[in-house]
Amino acid sequence: MVERTPLLDALSHAILVLGVLVIAFPLYLTFVASTHTSSDIVHPPMSLWPGSHLIENYTAAWNGSGGGNGSKAPVGQMMLVSLFSALVIALGKISISLLSAFAIVYFRFPGRMFFFWAIFITLMLPVEVRIGPTYQVVADLGMLNSYAGLTVPLIASATATFLFRQFFLTVPEELVEAARIDGAGPMRFFKDVLVPLSSTSIAALFVIQFIYGWNQYLWPLLVTTSENMYPVVIGIKRMISGGDAQTEWSVVMATAILAMLPPAAVVILMQKWFVKGLVDTEK
Amino acid sequence: MASISLQHLIKRYGIGKSANQVIHGVSAEVADGEFVVIVGPSGCGKSTLLRMVAGLEEITGGQVKIGNRVVNDLEPAERDIAMVFQNYALYPHMSVFENMAYGLKIAKVPAAEIRQRVDKAAAILEILPFLQRKPRELSGGQRQRVAMGRAIVRQPQVFLFDEPLSNLDAKLRAQTRLEIQKLHRELGITSLFVTHDQVEAMTLAQRMMVMNNGVMEQFGTPEEVYNRPATTFVASFIGSPPMNLLKQAPDARPGTITGVRPEHLDIGPTGWALKVEAVELLGAERLVYGRWQHGGDEVVVLRTDESHTVPGLGQTICVQPRPGKIHWFDTVSGQRKEAP
Repeated sequence: MVERTPLLDALSHAILVLGVLVIAFPLYLTFVASTHTSSDIVHPPMSLWPGSHLIENYTAAWNGSGGGNGSKAPVGQMMLVSLFSALVIALGKISISLLSAFAIVYFRFPGRMFFFWAIFITLMLPVEVRIGPTYQVVADLGMLNSYAGLTVPLIASATATFLFRQFFLTVPEELVEAARIDGAGPMRFFKDVLVPLSSTSIAALFVIQFIYGWNQYLWPLLVTTSENMYPVVIGIKRMISGGDAQTEWSVVMATAILAMLPPAAVVILMQKWFVKGLVDTEK
Repeated sequence: MASISLQHLIKRYGIGKSANQVIHGVSAEVADGEFVVIVGPSGCGKSTLLRMVAGLEEITGGQVKIGNRVVNDLEPAERDIAMVFQNYALYPHMSVFENMAYGLKIAKVPAAEIRQRVDKAAAILEILPFLQRKPRELSGGQRQRVAMGRAIVRQPQVFLFDEPLSNLDAKLRAQTRLEIQKLHRELGITSLFVTHDQVEAMTLAQRMMVMNNGVMEQFGTPEEVYNRPATTFVASFIGSPPMNLLKQAPDARPGTITGVRPEHLDIGPTGWALKVEAVELLGAERLVYGRWQHGGDEVVVLRTDESHTVPGLGQTICVQPRPGKIHWFDTVSGQRKEAP
């Protein structure tokens, strides 16, 4: 930001730096805590500098061999569960929304407006309202405690459908006509023209949905019953044994850091693709 | 290459009482290899007509034949046509080569032949250096040539042009017009060219279709349309400034409008008496606006060149229409009437 006076410039920077500190400091503390022993952490004041137990804590977390009375589920296994469900949810949402937006925008069929509004109305239903019935259905279908149960109910997405619908409406009509004259049928047009043109939207949505899928807490809590199907966010909670029992905080902190890494990696990696897509776009 | 036959084409939007008919029974025969221009003001239905031939609009009534086939129910890709759009309609994420090759790829033409056809078309249009570029890296004129290249590689029976020059600046328009003419001389493919610009129509057409409000008012060569316009609309649409359509000319025939083009009125010692109202100097020529000396509020426009002195404002001049260059149109129907 370039302000008109040096004073305002300094002020803007000061505010931004303050904001970064407020957000980054707890993360830093978590990292520091993950490198000390649990006794170091619970005896105030905890040192602000990293300790020497990094490898020990992280291996304990990964293999599930930490002490304390909380859950000892191996974080490695839980990260895999989280990774798998986040990927399936993100890719599933994107594929389904692309196809439904395509149908709504490019085809005329009986009940078209009805389906459009039906999708729209699902946006108005909060998760808490539908979670009971959804659980019932998943249980009846025997999908409890499985990858299918973790991912399938979360895949339909009205927001993504609308995003793609808005984008498809900006694609010039003549492109469709040129493709028709070239002999491309609807699915050919979809695959060769529409999807490549949507790549920025797809990249953006992938990031958002991956993080959404990764951070899922309520639904996995309901649907999973065995430790080896827990996503990592549930794992963190369960490691914190309540009451008087001792919690292995260093391992908890290490798990938290491990849990943050994949979403951060996704955002950083996809950012390049975003920017490239934004720079390239032009009709 | 093939002839095109339009038989009593009708286009209606909607059904029942609120239906809106926009094309009212247009019939025309286009010969094999002919370059026909469909010209008319905005909203006259010319693009709709073209799109009906292309298969992008449904045909409500009548028939379109390409070659000997009735194509009413065929998809655009099955009609053996190629279209050049006003906004080029190039696939933005594909290179120029891929844009031109796309239709052939879908038709499963072997890669070697695709390469050969694209290279040949690119050579004709002088876009060989651009084959690997994306459309956004090209100028408007280059994009339009790519769009034409895409049409050429299909080796269709018919070319359809939908106002392809409208998005280009004036200089580029003139240049591309010449290129289109050259292309037609070289390839000789039957072409339908839609435009609202009468200059494009006059220069490009072997025959032109003048349309107004969904009706084809005249279909003839540029000379015929210019020298023997069939209706008052055609008379005033072609020619700039438009033909004078006069109700109050001195030796008028009853029930007719007298038509004379500004370039066919000569200032002389005798003739129609006009009081000069305004003069516009255009460099090589002048436009003189005058009203009848005998009264009335009709304005008559004439063109004179440098050989005459500029008439002063308020001055009375006499203009003589050239023999054989007077037209008569029925006052009510606007239809042409022959000389008495």
